[in-house]
Order: sequence, then C-alpha cells, then structure tokens
Amino acid sequence: MIRADIFRDIAPVIRDHLVVCNIGIPSQELHAIDDQPTNFYMLGTMGLASSIGFGLALAQDKTVIAIDGDGSVLTNLGTLPTIANNDADNYILLIIDNGSYGSTGDQPTYAGRCTSLAEVAGACGCDHVVECAAEETRAALETAIAARRKTAIVAKCESGNEKHPVIAMDPVVIRDRFMKAVKA
Amino acid sequence: MTIHERIADDLVAAGIGFITSVPCKQLAGVIAEIDRRPDLLHVPCNKEDEGMGLCAGAWMGGKKPCIIMQNTALGVTVNTLATLIQFYRMPLPMLISYRGELGEPVACQVEMAVHTKALLNQLHIPTYHFHRQADVEELPKILDYTFMCNKPVAILTDASFWGGY
Ligand SMILES: [Mg+2]
Repeated sequence: MIRADIFRDIAPVIRDHLVVCNIGIPSQELHAIDDQPTNFYMLGTMGLASSIGFGLALAQDKTVIAIDGDGSVLTNLGTLPTIANNDADNYILLIIDNGSYGSTGDQPTYAGRCTSLAEVAGACGCDHVVECAAEETRAALETAIAARRKTAIVAKCESGNEKHPVIAMDPVVIRDRFMKAVKA
Repeated sequence: MTIHERIADDLVAAGIGFITSVPCKQLAGVIAEIDRRPDLLHVPCNKEDEGMGLCAGAWMGGKKPCIIMQNTALGVTVNTLATLIQFYRMPLPMLISYRGELGEPVACQVEMAVHTKALLNQLHIPTYHFHRQADVEELPKILDYTFMCNKPVAILTDASFWGGY
C-alpha cells in the first residue's frame, strides 16, 4: 500500500473529525480522494502539520488528526517533546512513514534507514505510540479516536505517489471553510 | 504594578488565550507572570517556527495567540511567516526581545540586530519599537490592530525599554 491507499482506507473514519494535512502530495491526494470542509490543507511550510494540529487540539475539544509524513516530522523533531509534555487527549498524530520525501521525488529519508520515529516519539515522552503496517492504520485510528487519548501512530507504507492536481483553492478560503467547520 | 504584570494584563484584556515562547533573559519576567495567569495557556515551544504553527492552530481553534521570542530567531521564521501566517491571513502578535541594541554586552547579538528591522520591513510586517518606558502604553492598541487586520505584527522591546523598569 502507498499513502493514497491508506487515505482511501481511512477516509470514512477521518471524515467526521478535524484533519490537518501535510504539505504537497499528501494534501493533493486527500483533497482528490475525499475533500471535506473539516480538512485543513497545508500549501506550504514543511514540517508544521503536527504543530498546527496540536495548537488546534489545545484550543478546543473536538478530536484533531494531524496527518504528517516521515520527512516532515524529521524537519520539525522539536514538535514531539511539545506534544508529549502538554495535555490534549483529543489529539492524534498520524505519521505516514513511507521512508521517503514523496513530494520531492521519493528521495530516501533517515526514517527509512536506521531511525525509528516510533522510538523517537517514545523517547520524547509520548505515552501512546503505535507503529503499524499500512493495512492496520484504519483500526489503529479507530482505537485511538474511541479511547480519546493522545496517540501517535506511525503507519509504515510503501513509497509512491498518485498524480492529482495542485490544490487551486485560495488559502483564505481553505482556512475560512475550516474555521467554520471547527465552530459548527 | 510591574511592567511584567502590566504586559500580562494587556494580553488578557486583548482576549489572548494562547501563548507560546522561546525564552530570552529580557523576557523572563513576562514569561513568569504569564505562568501565573490561569487565562493564558502557555505552551513553550522548541523553535519559533514550531511555535508559529501552534499559534496558527490555536487561532483556528478559537483562541487568540501570541508568540514571545528573541529577534535572533527571526531568520528561522521567515518561511512560516510568509507561507502560513501571511498566506492564510492569520493574526499573530510577536512580542520580541530586541537584543543587540544600546546596552548590549554580547557583540554577536548585534549581528542579527542590524538585520532585524530590515527583515521585518522586507516581509511587510507592521513593526513597533519599544525603547522608552512610556512606549508600553501603545500595547493594547497594537494588539487590537493585529486582530483587526489578521496580520503578523512585531513588537520589538530593547534593553533601554527593559532597563527603564
Ligand atoms: Mg515520506
């Protein structure tokens, strides 16, 4: 399974929750597969999906799922201690770990070599860290949502991208639509 | 009332509910005061661009944010300011310790001080410079202005300002 296959699998689960989606091809794929007003698409700013999602979870009570990538987490590793040390039981960090920088041409990341992001998250103090195969992502998400406890899921999948158009929606429209969904 | 209490009062009065920070010696008193205010959720961050991500999320979640940081970190936030805060039109007051100005004992701090206003100017970020004690009186208006126009706004606070207290 590649990232887009995971998105198809989890779309019915994440559709009812607030989602902050990582820059580049991940956002393009999610937008093409299941666009929702509850999705916040990042159009730039590599690395901050987990931080934006965490700020959102701290500010209100609805469940927030931050969809990040292995390369993006590596670029903002400081996010993990912040997540670990502050309470937000409505926060789920889903790291889709395909061992590569997908949006830039599938160059390998260190997470695909000897660095374990699940162990990094654990060492940073994250209590509930689940590493799973791509096929198990949906079940892991359902469990985390039902338990309503802060969880980091590292879903291991194959490297690869689907071709979808660049998101043409204006950023202010994305943001305004999302904020209305947050308040609804 | 101390300057730290006054600044914290102004933040609360402006409706700010979420604060992130990377500390600076000059900001220690304000940060300590913020931690005494139950209305201000303070979540320290590890890098200022990370902190701006937290602020963006908090604002979309209904809490007015503020970041407290040092001017030496401006360089690591340029992309985040342009592609997140400005591109999505989000308000962000930045209470910045302006190191490297008159009274500075550490020469290296001057190296970023000379770029600070130029960078803010290049980014078209409204910038206010607190140099004398009385300058703090403008803080409530600056905060209202920030949330009126949905832009990042910089408040530079130098050693002369803090030394006056
Ligand atoms: Mg990747």
